[in-house]
Amino acid sequence: MICRFVFSGSGGQGVITAAIIMAEAAVYHGGLNAVQTQSYGPEARGGAARADVILSSEEIQYPKVDRPNILICLSNLAYSKYTWLVRPGGVVFIDPHIIKTRRTADARQVELPLYENCLEALGTTLPMNICLLGCLSRLVGLVTPEALEKVIENRFSGKNAEMNIKALHLGVDLVTRLPEMPPIQFL
Amino acid sequence: MPDSPIRFLQGNEVLADAALYAGLKFFAGYPITPSTETAERLSYLLPRVGGKFIQMEDELSSMCAIIGASLTGLKAMTATSGPGFSLMQEAIGYAVMAEIPCVIADVQRGGPSTGLPTRVSQGDVMQARWGTHGDHSIITLTASNHQDMFTMTVEAFNLAETFRTPVILLFDEVLAHMREKVTIPEKDEIPIVDRLVTSVPRGTDYHPYFPREDGRLPMSDFGGSHRYNVTGLFHDMWGFPTDKPDVVNELMHHLVNKIENRVSIIQRYKEYHIDDAETLLISYGSAARSARHIMEDRRKVGMNIGMLELQTLWPFPRQLVQEKTKNAKYIVVVEMNMGQIENEVRASVNHSDSVYLANRVDGQLITPTDIKNFLRIIHGRGI
Repeated sequence: MICRFVFSGSGGQGVITAAIIMAEAAVYHGGLNAVQTQSYGPEARGGAARADVILSSEEIQYPKVDRPNILICLSNLAYSKYTWLVRPGGVVFIDPHIIKTRRTADARQVELPLYENCLEALGTTLPMNICLLGCLSRLVGLVTPEALEKVIENRFSGKNAEMNIKALHLGVDLVTRLPEMPPIQFL
Repeated sequence: MPDSPIRFLQGNEVLADAALYAGLKFFAGYPITPSTETAERLSYLLPRVGGKFIQMEDELSSMCAIIGASLTGLKAMTATSGPGFSLMQEAIGYAVMAEIPCVIADVQRGGPSTGLPTRVSQGDVMQARWGTHGDHSIITLTASNHQDMFTMTVEAFNLAETFRTPVILLFDEVLAHMREKVTIPEKDEIPIVDRLVTSVPRGTDYHPYFPREDGRLPMSDFGGSHRYNVTGLFHDMWGFPTDKPDVVNELMHHLVNKIENRVSIIQRYKEYHIDDAETLLISYGSAARSARHIMEDRRKVGMNIGMLELQTLWPFPRQLVQEKTKNAKYIVVVEMNMGQIENEVRASVNHSDSVYLANRVDGQLITPTDIKNFLRIIHGRGI
């Protein structure tokens, strides 16, 4: 089994943190191998942020993701830059509040209303990245909500931990309200 | 996860943890992308084990500081990248001449000059070998994954102590910034070589450069029991400067031979499917990950392809490379520079016209597809 993810958005949205948390959950509590890389330029903040994660039951050699099975876009820049990379049978996850969609790539697009749900239920859009992980744990599998919860508890403390765990469960529940969809393919 | 030995760490963090495992007690450095996280991690971990962390004003002083710390008996290290590594060269030569054990980690980025601060390269291979002036020999280790990074870092400290020499750890941006699973070895799982301290009692004449029967030079913590001289000039067994031709000649041969005569015990490598390999990839560092990826992929479609991964770059394991390549028709060196190891391989093999270079020098990690395309050209099958 090998599944390749690209988390993309703009600096500050927490896409890189989300990628690391998912990879940690897979390694610490899922018995999987994971490699996480990120690309960044010399600038300190802003601009496009991108993190790649490979989860596999085998040893992972080439560590970068050239063609993701799963692409997450949380900014329009990332959306127009990376959509065409998705593998056949793969999925692009977008937030309809942020992304102006176009039908371009040969990939399914799934809308995750993270922004609206977080704002409504938590009063803030800060933990959108963790809410996303909740959705992925249901839609992709590979890491369980329990595993993610453990990593979040280890990584955050106090109110932040509380808020992020709420956001995680919000994401898990959000999926049940989405229309039924075929399973995501990866080897 | 504190109870489990499994960690999910960045390469730079693995370097820091492995150095502590090896007994690091002193770090002096100047932060530089892509090696900064090593210094960051050690700045809070070293004081917890009674060690010292100091951020110096530049890389020249960082290198000098670890030389001084090592002389007083501490295991010492610095970490930097290309531009900083250039500034350290003079003092590395001093450590070679005065035979002071220390470890220098160079996390390679694009060069020359400030080059590509956040992008990968393997352009410092020759600088590790010949960056400092004068005839000398040096040990340089590298790795392609975090588990090996851990092992090689501990080995670097061990070899530095064993041979009283600076040892260079040549990593790269991809490895250093990547996060991957690593299993922290149990205490004593990897043997640790500690400082060989002289048994000469206090108040008795101690000769800092007088070898034991096995050729090793026991040290005395500077400022401790014995008074002795340390210099970058050619020196006698008391450590005092001399230009006597026979002493100079002997020291020069000693500095080179102590390493070059022991290649077989310093060489670290991994091999995959060498026996039936008509095409043999030779690679190291993060490029070796792509090489192994494409090797496994091509074997699935029936190509007789194997791989030799070098972990010791200097002293270059010529005999090893000659032996492992003797049945290969195509020897393809995969690296991210203009052919620095390719030249060494060419000089080592029986038929140098069977050596090819598959490289990438644009700041991006060479991909398995890049290597596949090189192989198609080399095998005469077009692109």
